[in-house]
Amino acid sequence: MTGKQNSKISGKVSFWNDPAKRSILYQLEALLLIGLLGYYLFSNITHNLERQSIATGFGFLQKEASFEIGESLISYSAADRYARALWVGILNTLLVSFIGIILTVILGTVIGVSRLSKNWLVSHLAAVYIEVLQDIPVLLQLFFWYAFFYEILPSPKQALNPVGGIFLCNRGLSFVIPVFHSAHIYMAIAFGIACLAVAFLRRWSRQRHEKTGVPFPLFRVSLALLIGFPLLTWWLSGAPTQMDVPELIGFNFQGGANISPEFTALLLGLVLYTSAFVAEVVRAGIQSVSHGQTEAAMALGLTPSHILKLVILPQALRVIIPPLTSQMLNLTKNSSLAVAIGYPDFVSVAGTTINQTGQAIEGVAMIMIVYLFFSLLTSAFMNWYNKRIALVER
Amino acid sequence: MKLVRFFFMSMVWVFLAYGLVFAGTLNDVKAKGFVQAGVNGDLFGFGKPDEKGVWRGLDVDTARAIAAAVFGDANKVRFTPLTAKTRFTALQSGEVDVLTRNCTQTLSRDTALGLDFCQVNYYDGQGFLVSKKLGVKSAKELDGATVCVLPGTTTELNVADFFRANNIKMKPVVIENTAELAKAFFSGRCDCLTSDASQLAGNRAVSPNPKDYIILPDIISKEPLAPAVRHGDNQWKDIVNYSILAMINAEELGITSKNVDEMLKSNDPKIQRFLGVTPGNGEALGLDEKFAYHIIKQVGNYGEVFERNVGVNSSLGIQRGLNALWTNGGLMYSPPFN
Repeated sequence: MTGKQNSKISGKVSFWNDPAKRSILYQLEALLLIGLLGYYLFSNITHNLERQSIATGFGFLQKEASFEIGESLISYSAADRYARALWVGILNTLLVSFIGIILTVILGTVIGVSRLSKNWLVSHLAAVYIEVLQDIPVLLQLFFWYAFFYEILPSPKQALNPVGGIFLCNRGLSFVIPVFHSAHIYMAIAFGIACLAVAFLRRWSRQRHEKTGVPFPLFRVSLALLIGFPLLTWWLSGAPTQMDVPELIGFNFQGGANISPEFTALLLGLVLYTSAFVAEVVRAGIQSVSHGQTEAAMALGLTPSHILKLVILPQALRVIIPPLTSQMLNLTKNSSLAVAIGYPDFVSVAGTTINQTGQAIEGVAMIMIVYLFFSLLTSAFMNWYNKRIALVER
Repeated sequence: MKLVRFFFMSMVWVFLAYGLVFAGTLNDVKAKGFVQAGVNGDLFGFGKPDEKGVWRGLDVDTARAIAAAVFGDANKVRFTPLTAKTRFTALQSGEVDVLTRNCTQTLSRDTALGLDFCQVNYYDGQGFLVSKKLGVKSAKELDGATVCVLPGTTTELNVADFFRANNIKMKPVVIENTAELAKAFFSGRCDCLTSDASQLAGNRAVSPNPKDYIILPDIISKEPLAPAVRHGDNQWKDIVNYSILAMINAEELGITSKNVDEMLKSNDPKIQRFLGVTPGNGEALGLDEKFAYHIIKQVGNYGEVFERNVGVNSSLGIQRGLNALWTNGGLMYSPPFN
């Protein structure tokens, strides 16, 4: 009886009154509208560009760039194409973001933990650091550090030479590097093997620890492996010691490796600024773990380092990771301020390209896509990591 | 921040695309009551506000001349400071009516950017500013030098071409802001600063020790600096053109801001036509018959404007050179005002 009624009721619902079907319809409508709007804007832009006889398309990427770039990870000259120039810019942005993120996480964690220290001086110094650097706009900090480098440091002829082979002047830090030798490739391979060995060792020591309760000095042994193995390879392949020493020829130091003031100022500014935020994130994460947990762990007889590693960190990281990701994204995006202090990042190179070719829409689109790609990549990695460290409730 | 600006600019493009039909710049300008001019904003001698906030410079005066031609009042002009990067987009999108911002006329800008360049108001060339201490006599001795370059101009391309052609190496430092770039150069970050020679003179004039620096004799490019308007608005282009030509013609005819009132009574038919005593020119341009009179009375002739802003007695100390009248061996030449 009741079943019959139900079927009658459901049979009565018309297509328009079924909420599920209606919502699908609405979504289709919205999608169609957005699509039409996008098409309208796109066709209008192309039409207007044509009317004003402004060039369009990405054909310019294959043309000769004809401008120099100050620093580059790959070989580049003015005779190369725009595509390669932009690639140089992308690599420069990646370099400063990657090193910046690593240093920021390390420094931020140290400051964040110091902020919670029982030592009055340490915790207050950390507090001052956080408050001051958080509150000054990052662009000003960049200008400050850049001016600091070129105002304070001497000219190349009076370069500071604290240790043999290292020169510090307003053209940057030039230092000695080994001349390339086949031994270096073997050393890199040896380092890779050492890394694998450490990974296996870690698994073995954990299993042994769980079975027998005997701890293994993992850290010291790993360190010895990671340093010792490549060193041994170096010695076995003839111990090449030839060095490429920077030398003042003409206007600048030639040879060796050089870190420019622009790069250093950008890195320093971004790291110091962002690490102040990361420090607060770390502090909040640690404080989110109730003190009772620490006391319980102590009652079980765990050492302070074990309490941190096994009890506090796994819980704190859950709170820390999401805002930390957003700080990493901030750092990457802020690196576009490089253009203000002369570091040739992607925005700077793309800006020159836009100006020389006059194709602003394509240039801006590329900038947006590149930053979107970096950001999505970073957050994808961090989301994966977040899932991995999330507490598995048993 | 930069991204935000780029985004904003692209938004401007989108709005531009919104079926905006140009009703003619002259009508737009008359309707709003002032000329919106894009200028440099930070280039001494060409476009920069003085300590009282009054805009000064050769390009600024050019814009004032256009306002005087359109409204009979040189003050009916507003200035938008633009960077080298944003200047063309600002003009294309209609943010400014005319670009008087030391822009080099080139073929690709004249075509692919959708711009039209008008009468050149300053013939310039790219040079190098170096410290006297370096003891460099020619730019060809700059092998391995670090070079401070302003981005987003033909400057970057010219300097790269020059070093490539002479088979020597350079390391550019590219900073967007002129003031920041000059600061970096004068504190020794770079061995030389490259830009248009007029800009170098301007930067040197405001440096801590102007006497310690020289501009090398090598001029590595032709830089005809000309105001630009949007492509396709011929009436507006004529107005900008003849506002500048009027200043040149006035110098040739010996008319200055001081004697222009007496010149109204002149018997010379050329002067009578030029100043609108004999009507015709103004109507042809769609302007008041006295447009040239207003320009000369309120802004001055080309020679006055040059000397006031960049001439030998100004702090830039630039000779007329190529910018002298054709009768004095320069390139400044005006067609007849018939």
